[in-house]
Amino acid sequence: MNFNEPHIDYAGISPLIALTVGICVVLLSAVFKPTKRWAPALTLLTLGATAGLLIWHWNDPRNLITGALRLDDLAISISLIAILTASFCVVLSTGERAAEEAGSGEYHSLLLGSVLGMVLLAQATNLVTFFVALETLSIPLYILCATNLRREGSLESGLKYLIVGSIGSATLLYGMAFLYGGTGSTGFAGIAAGIAHNGLDGDPLILIGIAMAAVGLAFKTSIAPFHQWTPDVYQGAPTPITSFMAVATKAAAFAVFVRFFDVALGSQLDTWQPALAALAAISIVVGNVGALGQDSLKRLLGYSGIAQAGYMLGGVVVASEAGTSSLVFYLAAYAFMNLAAFAVIVARERETVFGDDIRAVRGLGAERPVLAWPLTISMLALAGLPATAGFIGKLYLIEALVEGDYTWLAVFIAVGTMISLAYYLRVVAAMWMDSGRETVPGGTPAIAGASPEADPVDPEAGRRWYLVGPAVLAAAATVFFGVIPQPLVDFAAHAGASLF
Amino acid sequence: MSNVLLWAPVAFGLVGLFLPKRAVGWWAVLGAVATLGVAIGMVVGFNGSDSGLQYTVDTPWISGLGVDYSLGLDGLNLFLVLLTAVLWTGGIAFAAFREQERPKTFFFLMLLAETATLGSFLAQDLLLFVLFFDFMLVPFYFLFGAWGKDRTEEGGPTAAAATLKMIVYTLIGSLLMLVAAIATAIISADGGHLTFSIQALQHQGLSLGSQRWIFWFFAAAFLVKMPAFLLHGWMPDAYRAAPLPALAVFSGVLAKVGAYGFLRIVLPLFPAATVEFQEIILVIALASILYGSVMAFTQTNVRLIAGYSSVAQLGFITAGIFALRADGSDGAILQMVNHGLVVAPIFIIVAILVERTGSEDLREMGGLALRAPVLAALFLIVALATLAMPGSANFVGEFYILNGLFQAKIVFAFIAISGVAMSAYYALRLYQGTMHNRQPDGLLSREIGLRDALVLAPLVLCIVALALYPQLILKRTNPSVEQTVAKVNGGSAPNSQLAKK
Repeated sequence: MNFNEPHIDYAGISPLIALTVGICVVLLSAVFKPTKRWAPALTLLTLGATAGLLIWHWNDPRNLITGALRLDDLAISISLIAILTASFCVVLSTGERAAEEAGSGEYHSLLLGSVLGMVLLAQATNLVTFFVALETLSIPLYILCATNLRREGSLESGLKYLIVGSIGSATLLYGMAFLYGGTGSTGFAGIAAGIAHNGLDGDPLILIGIAMAAVGLAFKTSIAPFHQWTPDVYQGAPTPITSFMAVATKAAAFAVFVRFFDVALGSQLDTWQPALAALAAISIVVGNVGALGQDSLKRLLGYSGIAQAGYMLGGVVVASEAGTSSLVFYLAAYAFMNLAAFAVIVARERETVFGDDIRAVRGLGAERPVLAWPLTISMLALAGLPATAGFIGKLYLIEALVEGDYTWLAVFIAVGTMISLAYYLRVVAAMWMDSGRETVPGGTPAIAGASPEADPVDPEAGRRWYLVGPAVLAAAATVFFGVIPQPLVDFAAHAGASLF
Repeated sequence: MSNVLLWAPVAFGLVGLFLPKRAVGWWAVLGAVATLGVAIGMVVGFNGSDSGLQYTVDTPWISGLGVDYSLGLDGLNLFLVLLTAVLWTGGIAFAAFREQERPKTFFFLMLLAETATLGSFLAQDLLLFVLFFDFMLVPFYFLFGAWGKDRTEEGGPTAAAATLKMIVYTLIGSLLMLVAAIATAIISADGGHLTFSIQALQHQGLSLGSQRWIFWFFAAAFLVKMPAFLLHGWMPDAYRAAPLPALAVFSGVLAKVGAYGFLRIVLPLFPAATVEFQEIILVIALASILYGSVMAFTQTNVRLIAGYSSVAQLGFITAGIFALRADGSDGAILQMVNHGLVVAPIFIIVAILVERTGSEDLREMGGLALRAPVLAALFLIVALATLAMPGSANFVGEFYILNGLFQAKIVFAFIAISGVAMSAYYALRLYQGTMHNRQPDGLLSREIGLRDALVLAPLVLCIVALALYPQLILKRTNPSVEQTVAKVNGGSAPNSQLAKK
């Protein structure tokens, strides 16, 4: 009997290896006293190495592990967005109480674990890797949400995320079972072939499977009406983790969303397209209306994230190369816009007694212009005003939608954007048009609303390079790609072309 | 040339951010004057008999999405660009003579606004136009909101709330326009090469069905911006909140971008829908004339008198364009320039009056002419031009508009004429109420200062010059206008006999 040594493409899985090694090293570094403080640096090193290895494979698509993974430009671009977000999160976590309390090594290795899940998820072309990657992504996040041990909200957030996330995963798994039952295959390509071969076109078995998979993914991408966890979890989690969750999770989940529906279920386009379009429309309305009355900036961004997920779902709905490219572009733009906002929120949370309440940014324009400008740019970009990446992203999406005969959804995006102005500009108005007499940085928390378990105030937080730097950097990128979008458009077009 | 013109203001503005506070106002004035110089140079070098685009710039911007960075000047936008440069110079100079809060940001935003406005006039790519059109709002949002006046004591909204209302109103139109612009390009391309070039799109006709909804999406954006009757809800609050130098340029120029949009985009790209909806738009235009005039009679706040009179004037301009005849549109362009040239000085005069009297209420003003004859004389010229006194360029403009309207839709013309009569009433009421009448107790009249005269006199001089020689504009405008109007009328333009004379 011959034993055929399986061919292993080590180059192809090298990013995964780098991340796995990184997780172990970061975790172990916390065990020894002299290396205890190195965890953030080692994490950044791991992320940098992974990014380098991914870029090495740019424009060189290949199937890995007998077709369970596919490393193409879509996977790489989404992974890069996740890695970028994670790097920002590491920098913003400097001095974060949650990171210290939970143990720096554990905190950072959990973060890397979640990134590993995202990189895997972006490459998944098989139901099994899909599910395993999704859980690898989610479980560290459940824990990270709860790392702010002294805050009731943080524990609540972790628990809520765990329960709702599990429901989402279970639904998804159930849906996968139906698809496997019908087609006899776990590979995406195999499912597509199975549907065609077994004459399952429009079969209830497949339809139930599609519906449940869509619901499961909608939970992860916080698409309404499966969004209820989002504002609570965003608010309760430590803010750097919220920023990571808001951007990276969405990116990875959308990557598998588009890959799964286009590759495995492409033949069932007529059945899922209107359903997803309806979900997108609901999400746009629910997210934008929900954000209107929010005073907590993190909740506001949570609801705004629901609406933005609705816009992005439009890119999935049209199931075309332009749609996928516009989705990737929007995700990248979304990363910059959100990171700028979250960096400012982190700084103000530590600087004032108001936490993430909108009062924390009152009069910021006069007090700390270097923080006010990034937040302003971020809000204008999220509202889709010109000269920001947000405008180009909307333009790209609307172009894809009109091309795909979904003009009505494009009109929905326009209407949603109009509603969104009311809350985005409220933040801007608080910064520039409201004298901030109430906010005394570093003052005693004598004002009502300051919670007793709040972290100690650091009056210099608004000047710390590790908070100002990311904010300015992300805002600058938002403007840069709004004025010179061509590089990012090329990047997104490459990613979109890998599926079609 | 076009590039220099477009980017000079914002370049000056950016440098200004790094200058000491005292110098930044003067630096901004320098920037505005330099821009004006470039604009004048372009008008001088303009070939008036050519109906095509001149000073063109055309490079791909986002190649994957078919968006080009293309600018150009023709008869339609030449003088609107010049108007922009003139009024911004006046507005910035007026502001520079006064103490401003946070001057660096203020002047930066003013100059940024100038670039955005010039951009929307110069853009020859549909998407670039939409981009600049939307972007104009951003600097004005901050200018109105952060430097504006809260009206909470009078039961009105705060500046921030008033501005938010303005933004939401105007972006309703703008965002729908974005969808419509993209739809125009994609439907025209029909799977082929995607382009947003206005020139190229003109040659690829759309079906009437598509034109119908796209027409209204564009019309919504332009009518809100003007503002037209029923879509003007943002105007009173925003006008009361706005800082006056910014309001002078806003009212003088931004409203015209809407009217210009009809000429540049709607008429040539959606000719069938334009003909179909001509009467509806004319009804809206006439309603604006009547409503604006009547409101201008009754308001006592001087800002609102000027604001509502703008509604009426813009109604006139829209009616001129939708006569769909060359003379109507010629008159409309002339009238856009005229109205810009009168409304900006009015707001500057209002600002001067408010400084003197401490009130914006017409009832608390009066008798200022007694001690300030020069100010009164300047104001009188502006007021007479506003009411389209024969001899003024406004008279010529209104005559052209009415002439076009008479030959196109005579019934509408008769109603529009009443607007001319009514404008006399509100213009004279504003003049008399402030300059004549009894002087209220405790009000000290002072003559206009030399610095303010330096701002106001050149603007008034422009009015006078244009009154003497309106052909300056008409001659250069007519070839492009005829070409545009010909698109609507299926190739054969009814000749404008007037311009030929």
